[in-house]
Amino acid sequence: MTDPHLASNSPRSPWREAWRRLRQNRLAVSCGGILIAIVLACLIGPLVTGQTIETQNLDLGATSPSAQHWLGTDPLGRDLLTRILSGGRVSLAVGLTATLVSLLIGVAYGATSGFLGGRADAIMMRIVEILYALPFIILVIILIVVLEPVFKLPRMAWLVSLFGGEGQIKLVVLFMVIGAIEWLTMARVVRAQVMTLRQQDFVSAALALGVPKWKIILRHLVPNCLGPVIVYSTLTIPAVMLLEAVLSFLGLGVQAPFASWGSLIQEGADNMETRPWMLVFPALFFSSTLFCLNFLGDGLRDALDPKAER
Amino acid sequence: MIRFLYNRLWQSIATLFAIITVTFWIIQAAPGGPFQSERAVSPHIREQMLAAYGLDRPPFAQYTHYLGNLLKGDFGLTTKYEGWTVLEIIGGAFPISLQLGLLGMAFALTFGLPVGIIAAARKNSAADWLPMSISMLGICLPTFVMGPLLALGLGLKLNLFNVAGWYGWSDRVLPSLTLGLFYAAYIARMTRAGMLEVLSRDFVRTARAKGVSETAVLLRHSLKIGLTPVIAFLGPAMAGMVTGSFVVENIFQVPGLGQHFVSAARNSDYTLLLGVTVFYATLLVSANVVVDMLQAWMNPRVRLES
Repeated sequence: MTDPHLASNSPRSPWREAWRRLRQNRLAVSCGGILIAIVLACLIGPLVTGQTIETQNLDLGATSPSAQHWLGTDPLGRDLLTRILSGGRVSLAVGLTATLVSLLIGVAYGATSGFLGGRADAIMMRIVEILYALPFIILVIILIVVLEPVFKLPRMAWLVSLFGGEGQIKLVVLFMVIGAIEWLTMARVVRAQVMTLRQQDFVSAALALGVPKWKIILRHLVPNCLGPVIVYSTLTIPAVMLLEAVLSFLGLGVQAPFASWGSLIQEGADNMETRPWMLVFPALFFSSTLFCLNFLGDGLRDALDPKAER
Repeated sequence: MIRFLYNRLWQSIATLFAIITVTFWIIQAAPGGPFQSERAVSPHIREQMLAAYGLDRPPFAQYTHYLGNLLKGDFGLTTKYEGWTVLEIIGGAFPISLQLGLLGMAFALTFGLPVGIIAAARKNSAADWLPMSISMLGICLPTFVMGPLLALGLGLKLNLFNVAGWYGWSDRVLPSLTLGLFYAAYIARMTRAGMLEVLSRDFVRTARAKGVSETAVLLRHSLKIGLTPVIAFLGPAMAGMVTGSFVVENIFQVPGLGQHFVSAARNSDYTLLLGVTVFYATLLVSANVVVDMLQAWMNPRVRLES
């Protein structure tokens, strides 16, 4: 496997080694390529198509794909490609932001719990177990129902304007709520990792030298968990995007005139009998993104942790 | 075994109590009462409405009252369907969701198990990689993409089944198929992996060396151990089916509990939302106890651990 020519060069860091293993995984590399293409298209596309998500053309109505509108239009004559690409922005943004929120909470919670051990750990993990007893979507829906009116209170207006006004409330609530629920598994992953790390000599040494506990967690334990955290984050993004899409599909997430892949698929499902392209194209974008993220995550896991069983 | 059951039961009751408490207080934190969105009514009528639902009391009294009523099996009145109790709505809609879930699960097991076993027995043949590649597709396509596509293909284009409603058997095929497909795929892969693991063990080699037929090796010697991961998966699968029912009932217009939960969320019907959540929690927590019992029965090591 290892190239003797390369191996004779200067010693390589574990990260370089992982990167080399990842590049050898053709499936993961092509998935990464497709992902980059989709992300770039979503970022640049809506600026180039010359349409906005709201540009209506009622005389045109719903048309199948043509040279003018590559992926067709919806009953209001809105260009589907533009809507899919800007919907992709929303879906990807929710995926990234909520994953980031869940990452911060999960790592902090898991590392603390695993490092403290004993009774504190037992209580903290019991809380996680309780939250696990219900499907995430039920908790998320309840939190959305409660938080949305909270954000509409007059005294929350400053916060809302911070996020860009009334229209963004739904999105901000989605980011926060999904992130606030999705950290549970991350906390478990990090805790398991920290539990094995804290037995090791360098942690005992730090403790003996009188390094404060929070500093041990931040400086010594968290960086050593980075591998599993990265792997699990890549797998959290598709899970979060799926959750957002289900919510939007059920009419509880992103709402008109904004679009996300979930709400576009929902519109497509309503129109599928006469306008199948409205269902097929958003579904295609969404599924291939999820597909690629999952395979990239698997590839990263194999690259960062070659010992792990598949 | 009795002790194991006893411990698990107490744990579940504690979990359930915690869930009810957390959910109650989260919903309590929502600003404005349940009658906020309705047209303005004069203050004294509003007061009467609040009193009728017991919402004029201090929050903690409401909480203890709610808990007491739950013990008596009273989930309260809904605030949006006038005159209906939460229990009546659950009683009307849950049997439909249950039927949908059972049909979906039955489909998942009748397809997933044999396919997985055959794939493990014929490892690296066409009977292995073909179903396994198809199952990867089933895992990657989300329910709300699969559902409309199935409805479009099998329902509208080929005209095989109905795509909406819940009356005859023709209505039940597509929703159950959509709900069960992911689990069929997942169970097939888990069965294959579990069986392959068992088939590489020493006792299987011994059995083969003694001339036990391949069918007996598979079904009599390996199956019970090979299925342990699948049994463990049944708990999460139940929870997943609740989530799936939200989507599937929405796509195929099935009047089940999932539809009610989602519309309760859209209408801010707090008592219904709370009641259905408590109901789901009870259902899933008890399902997990049953799954644990099954596991302990199949694998003695599980019951010794706790």
